[in-house]
Amino acid sequence: MRIIYSVIAGVLLLSWSAVTYAQDYMTRKGQVQFSSSTSAELIEATNNDVAAKLSAAGGKGLFIIPIKSFRFKKALMQEHFNENYMESDKYPKATYDFTVTDIETVDFTRPARYSVRTKGTMTIKNVKHDIEVPGYIVVADDKTIRIEADFSVVPAEYNIVIPKMMENKIAGSIRIKVNSSLNK
Amino acid sequence: MRKFKYGFLLASLLLGGSLQAQEQWSEDMGHLDDLNNKTTATFKTTRVATGHSVEQCKAGVLDFRVNHRFGRISDGFSSFFGLDDAVTRIGADYGITDYLMVGAGRSTLNKEYDAFAKVKILGQAKKKSPVTVNYLAGVYVVAEKYPVNDVPFINRFSYAHQLLVARKITEKLSIQLMPTFMHFNRTALPSESDNMFSMGIAGRYKLGKRLALTAEYYYTPESMKRAGNVNPLTIGLDIETGGHVFQVFLSNARGLSERSLFTNTISQWQEGQIHFGFNISRVFTLY
Repeated sequence: MRIIYSVIAGVLLLSWSAVTYAQDYMTRKGQVQFSSSTSAELIEATNNDVAAKLSAAGGKGLFIIPIKSFRFKKALMQEHFNENYMESDKYPKATYDFTVTDIETVDFTRPARYSVRTKGTMTIKNVKHDIEVPGYIVVADDKTIRIEADFSVVPAEYNIVIPKMMENKIAGSIRIKVNSSLNK
Repeated sequence: MRKFKYGFLLASLLLGGSLQAQEQWSEDMGHLDDLNNKTTATFKTTRVATGHSVEQCKAGVLDFRVNHRFGRISDGFSSFFGLDDAVTRIGADYGITDYLMVGAGRSTLNKEYDAFAKVKILGQAKKKSPVTVNYLAGVYVVAEKYPVNDVPFINRFSYAHQLLVARKITEKLSIQLMPTFMHFNRTALPSESDNMFSMGIAGRYKLGKRLALTAEYYYTPESMKRAGNVNPLTIGLDIETGGHVFQVFLSNARGLSERSLFTNTISQWQEGQIHFGFNISRVFTLY
């Protein structure tokens, strides 16, 4: 009997240490901002509830962006964003499931700003597109990294319909800025 | 046996440790359930038609409102189907917090001034509350000269207390009940009681993302009805265009306040005495 318990304890100990020593950086307080700029209107929103993880070993990562957490300056814009454009009751989150293709260039033990390329699947309103996004991994210390990216998405490609009369107020291409700190 | 216990304790500690580590990050965004379970946009705007909906002006939002109700369509071409004969309310609402809004306005009918405060008491949320509940308190002052001798100023006041209980049943359909209590400092006839109770029901059905069909009806028991008044029924369309909401109505009511709904509704649908009307709302974000 004692042997069995020791084995169980050993297995549990192993699995515990596997979790503890994995090369995973993660956060649930990441930041993603977007802006839409036309001559008629500037629309900006910030989301501080973004979940993100990145494995230093293989470079695999995932961003989960809860749509309702985007905060706008104008309350009515926020309501229209959720109700009319993103239908956030039906599609509560957007995701980017990616791999850093040149992860070997990042030295996670040496603080610096590393330029990287990512390749993955962006899912917004259940529409999936394979995209490539360049960005930066900033190694801050041995526990913390920051992921930065600045890129654009086209709402029309993700079934986000902008009616004719709003075309001068909402840009056809939305700028996304990612600035998220991840911890081990 | 003791060894078993220690082994079990150790195992559960380790298991606990591994579970805790996993809890730091998972694809389940359960910690945001509160946010995601909250019901929003039960109605398009703070009014269903003449009466209020459970929607509030958000903090720092100023809502400028112009409402019109025209004469009877059945009056025909000589008054251009009632358009010659408009009553107007101009008013402004302001959101002090997301849960408290105030507003005031002036209506041409009876030269009436009105002011109100509306508080959100409860918000509909999955697993937490099946309904949204708001409380509305309104005060109405009639500035029009009475046909008989003037009365003390305080007699020109009336008051409304209203509970708004709404449920967004589906994404498209919302239903609201409005139990309403009114007190009149002066009644038109001495035989009428100062207090009255009415039960309102309202609904909204979204026809598209920016278009909704609405209806509002108040049932007042015969014994409490003001003389000559009938129950007001309004059917309307909400049309949203960015910062504006247009609401167009067909109604037997011309009143533009709660008081006015119960004291100025003398037209009858079944007689074809229908009024066309609209509300325009334009919001400004002040901070």
